Amino acid sequence: MRVTQGAFSYLPDLTEQEIRAQLDYAIEKGWAISVELTDDPHPRNTYWEMWGLPMFELAGADAALDEVRRCREAFPGHYIRVCAYDPTLGRQTTALDFIVHRPPAEPGFRLDRQEGPDRTVRYTLHAYATQAPPGGRYGPR
Amino acid sequence: MVSSPEKDAGRWGAGVIPYAQMGYWQPDYEPKGTDVIAAFRITPQPGVPPEEAGAAVAGESSTATWTVVWTDRLTAYDHYQAKCYRVDPVPGTDGQYIALIAYELDLFEEGSIANLTSSIIGNVFGFKALKALRLEDLRIPTQYVKTFQGPPHGIVMEREYLNKFGRPLLGATTKPKLGLSARNYGRVVYEALRGGLDFTKDDENINSQPFMRWRDRFLYSMEGVQRAQAATGEVKGHYLNVTAASMEDMYERAELAKSLGSVIIMMDLTVGYTAMTSMSKWARANGVLLHLHRAGYATFARQKNHGVNFRVVAKWCRLLGVDHLHAGTVVGKLEGDPNIVAGYYDTLRLEHVAANPLHGIYFEQDWASMPGVMPVASGGIHAGQVHQLLHYLGEDVVMQFGGGTIGHPMGIAAGASANRVAVEAMVKARNEGKDFLREGEEILRLAARHSPELQVALDTWGDVSFDYESTDTPDVLATPTA
Repeated sequence: MRVTQGAFSYLPDLTEQEIRAQLDYAIEKGWAISVELTDDPHPRNTYWEMWGLPMFELAGADAALDEVRRCREAFPGHYIRVCAYDPTLGRQTTALDFIVHRPPAEPGFRLDRQEGPDRTVRYTLHAYATQAPPGGRYGPR
Repeated sequence: MVSSPEKDAGRWGAGVIPYAQMGYWQPDYEPKGTDVIAAFRITPQPGVPPEEAGAAVAGESSTATWTVVWTDRLTAYDHYQAKCYRVDPVPGTDGQYIALIAYELDLFEEGSIANLTSSIIGNVFGFKALKALRLEDLRIPTQYVKTFQGPPHGIVMEREYLNKFGRPLLGATTKPKLGLSARNYGRVVYEALRGGLDFTKDDENINSQPFMRWRDRFLYSMEGVQRAQAATGEVKGHYLNVTAASMEDMYERAELAKSLGSVIIMMDLTVGYTAMTSMSKWARANGVLLHLHRAGYATFARQKNHGVNFRVVAKWCRLLGVDHLHAGTVVGKLEGDPNIVAGYYDTLRLEHVAANPLHGIYFEQDWASMPGVMPVASGGIHAGQVHQLLHYLGEDVVMQFGGGTIGHPMGIAAGASANRVAVEAMVKARNEGKDFLREGEEILRLAARHSPELQVALDTWGDVSFDYESTDTPDVLATPTA
C-alpha cells in the first residue's frame, strides 16, 4: 500500500527540483520550514520526530533541501515530510506538508474490530510496522 | 400610507400616522459602533414614498405597530426604535431602493439567532405597503459577535484534526440519493474514501426512511470509513446526517455517530436556527465536526427582489457555529455569480471583511477572531474544472464531486483517485508559480499521464459546463457566470 498523507501523495514522488519549487513557494510566503520523520505512520501520530528545529526566515531553499538530504541519508527506512508553518494571526498552524521520502516497502495497516452490543463495533487501526520496536521497523538502517 | 386623521394631535394623537413621522426615519442619525445595521432592498407599493417605506420597515422590525399606542410613552421609546437613516435608489432598477436601518443592540438577546431573526425578518416581510423586501446584508457589531462562540472547531482546528494541510479537501455525496440499502450505501462510502476522497456525505434528504434506517446506515458507513483509513493511512470522514423530527432524535443519532468513531456529523438548515445552535454546542462538547447542508435556502435567498440574501444566512450560521457550510461552486450546476459567491466565501472564512459592492458586501464586518467556516462547493463539478475551482474558491474549501466520482466509468475508487490527482497536480502547479487558470487543461493533461483514472474522467466530462445567467448579481456591475 501507499500511505497517502500529505499534500502530494497521489502524484509520483517529488524530484529534488520539485521539492525545491515547493520550498521556494513556502519561503516566499514567509513560512517556517521543518523536516520531520517517523516510522509510525498511524494517521493520528501527530508528532513525528523533528529533524532539528524549524528553520525561520530562510533566504532560499538550499539550507532546507540540505536538511532533507541529510535526514534521508540518516533515516532511509523512515517516512520524512516537509512542513511549512504559517505564524500569521488567525492561522498559526501548518500551511503545507508533504512527504519527501518513504521506506522501500509499506506494509500498511491492520484493522482490528472489537464487537460491541447491538451490532456496534469498536475499531482500532494498527500499523504492521509498529510490531517491531522503533528503529527496526522498516528493515535495517 | 394612510394619513393622520388628527394631525393636530401630533405624535401622540390616537389613530394612524406615517412611520416616518413617528421617528423611524432619521436622515441625520449617525449609527453607533454598537448598532446592528441592516441593508434592505425595498420595493414600495405605488404612491408610497421610499423614505416612508424604509421607516415602515424600521418600525415593523422594531417597536412599532400600525397605530399609535399610548403605552410607548411608558418607555424610552426612542432608544428602542430602529432608525432608517438612508434610502438610495438602486441604479438601473426602477422602483427599488436600498434602505439602511440601524438597530440598538439592546433589542437582541445575547447568543440567539432565533431572536435576531424574529426581530429583523419576523413580521416585516409580509407588510402590505411593500411589494417586495429583501435583506441584503447585516453588520453585526463586535459586542454582539462576542456573545457567540461560532464554529465548534473552525478551519484551523479541522485541518489539524484531519492532519490535512495545503490543499482543498475532497468529498462526494453518496448517490443515488434515495433507495440504497445500508450495506450498498456503505460500499459507496468505502470505495470513494479508499480511492482518495477525504469525505463522503449523506444527502440532505437521507434521514431515516423505510428503505434505510439511520442506525443501519451509520453502522455500515462507519465500517466503510474505518476500512478506508486502514487502506490509506489517512483520517477519513463520512458526514452522518443527524437531521430528524426532534432534538431528542438528533442527539440520539449524534451520540451513536460519535461512539462509532465518526469525526463528523451533518444537519440540514431545515431544522431551524435553535436546533442548529443546540447541535453546535453538542459538536463542541463532543469533538465532532459539524457540517451544515443549506437545504431549502434558495426558497428565500435566490430572487433578487425578495427574501434574505445568502450572505446574511452565512453570517448567522458562522455566529451560531458550524464547521462546514455549502456556499456555491461558481462553475457547477447550481446558482452562483462569481463575485457574489466570492462574497459568501469571504464572509465565512475571513477575520475581517471589507465592504465590497462588487461582491455584494454592504458593510465592513469584523469577526473578532471567531474561527472561520470551511465553505463547501457541491453540485455538478468535475475533475476537468479543478483549475477554475482553485482559482475562484481557493484552498480552504471542500470540493464535492458526487456524480463526478460515482459516475466514473472505471468505478467509484477510480473516480475518487481522478479527483485527488487533479487537485494535487493543480495545487503543486500553483505553488510552482504556474498560471494555473490559463494552463489548467494542460496541467491536467500532463497529470493524467500518471493517472489513467484522471484521463478517463477528462475524456468523460472534460467539456461539460453549466452556463446559465445568474439571477442574483451585484447591482454595481453585471457579470455573466464564468
